[in-house]
Amino acid sequence: MKALSRAWLLDPSPASRGQARLGQAYLGWLKLIRNPLAVAGVVIVGALVVMAVAAPLLATHDPIAQSLPDRLLPPLSPGHWLGTDEFGRDIYSRIVYGARVTLYIVLLVTVTAPLFGLLIGVMAGYYGGAVDVALMRFTDIFLAFPRLILALAFVAALGPGIENAVFAIALTAWPPYARVARAETLTIRGADYIAAVRLQGAGSGRILVSHVAPMCLPSVIIRVTLDMAGIILTAAGLGFLGLGAQPPLPEWGLMISSGRKFLFDQWWVATMPGLAIFIVSLGFNLLGDGLRDVLDPRSASGGKG
Amino acid sequence: MALIEIDDLEVTFGSGADAVRAVRGVSISVAAKESFGLVGESGSGKSTVLRAICGLAPISGGAIRINGAALGSRRDKGFARRVQMVFQDPYASLHPKRTIDATLAEPLTIHGLGGRDKRVVSALEDVGLDPKFRFRYPHQLSGGQRQRVAIARTLMLEPEILLLDEPTSALDASVQAEVLNLLSRLRAARGLTFLMVSHDLAVIDHMCDRLAVMQQGMVVEQIDRAALADDSARDPYTRELLAASV
Repeated sequence: MKALSRAWLLDPSPASRGQARLGQAYLGWLKLIRNPLAVAGVVIVGALVVMAVAAPLLATHDPIAQSLPDRLLPPLSPGHWLGTDEFGRDIYSRIVYGARVTLYIVLLVTVTAPLFGLLIGVMAGYYGGAVDVALMRFTDIFLAFPRLILALAFVAALGPGIENAVFAIALTAWPPYARVARAETLTIRGADYIAAVRLQGAGSGRILVSHVAPMCLPSVIIRVTLDMAGIILTAAGLGFLGLGAQPPLPEWGLMISSGRKFLFDQWWVATMPGLAIFIVSLGFNLLGDGLRDVLDPRSASGGKG
Repeated sequence: MALIEIDDLEVTFGSGADAVRAVRGVSISVAAKESFGLVGESGSGKSTVLRAICGLAPISGGAIRINGAALGSRRDKGFARRVQMVFQDPYASLHPKRTIDATLAEPLTIHGLGGRDKRVVSALEDVGLDPKFRFRYPHQLSGGQRQRVAIARTLMLEPEILLLDEPTSALDASVQAEVLNLLSRLRAARGLTFLMVSHDLAVIDHMCDRLAVMQQGMVVEQIDRAALADDSARDPYTRELLAASV
């Protein structure tokens, strides 16, 4: 294979499947980085990933090791530039390791809720009729539950912990994806290219998975990225309430919760993880907006011609 | 024996007071290797006849027989290998997120046919497209090129019958002629049977041996090309169409 050069990626007549796919991805990337806010989103989310992967290298202290003589040191103290918490643990190191927990939650939610929502929505939209009514009423039932309350009830029943918190979040997060996917499917199920593949003798499963679902995917991806801030906040909220991650795990919501007791005198204990949540949520929102410009077929130029 | 027999076909959309009878008692028969045209204005039900053959429109009465065998309510894989359709708008009939290669290889995968690379390349050559188009996406092609891809796709399964739903009406005049010539050439080379729909009498006259004129869901006249040429059409609507296309 030729080297991965710019000319190779932008070749209008790709020589292989892989080159065509990479070329399209590269065009999308070029479009994404033209938008400065999207670049900020990419940088923030990228930094989150780097922090999570390289946590042992970036952290200056063990995130769990307690050191009571150093408790509640203010920011910019020697050796603890974001200060320490009530057990003398370095806040910076805890935030760095907390990126792992946050990323873990983000990944778990993205592989569950959107896939399930996509499946339900595509089936409802494609089959229509009784299947549509049944699946959409099922969706409405879940849509009617208040997210945090259902998550609370769920965690209360299954016991606290990150996995259960994620499961509870996913359980309440999928209905919007089902709605988006169904709406998208309704607009394309009558399209000629779907009729053409049906005429070739394709079964419903093949049509749904390899022809309908790829068309719904961009809308769902955009929606997921924009929802990610809410998911991180819900996870942090569950941590804050003591129903998500359990101490001494360095989870950001949990850190805010423990800092609440010292909020007036030692403001940094709660503020630093709060800033981390704020920045990461903002990063996902900016990335989502940027992705909308790249992926949304309605905003894309040159769809025809 | 006729290859395609359509007997008193009725297509009704909706039901009760909202019911629309798009096709009312249409009977035509097309012999093997013949090219048959359906002509009429928008809404005359001509495309609906094709869609009914493909199972894309609800048949409420009558029968369609291919080679003497009546079609049921479902179209199976065997049907796909005998009958294929070219759609009107090449901008809408190719999946926008799949390369030409993926679009052309799909029927091979569905029917478990091998030799994918060779067949895709030769299909592109058959419709006069350079193999360099193989891994492009539809949006990187012009309308005429897209319609060539759509034609290549229908030929992947080597069907004997090609249903053509206004295959050139979305194209520029110069490209129209190219695509029509391509279709004529393919028909001669492969012994295909065409059932072609158009609102353009000139196109039908150029392509078809016989034609049926449709108006408001009914066939008002069936006529062959010779009769069209010596101006012996009797139905007033046919004469109107003729006058308009001169």
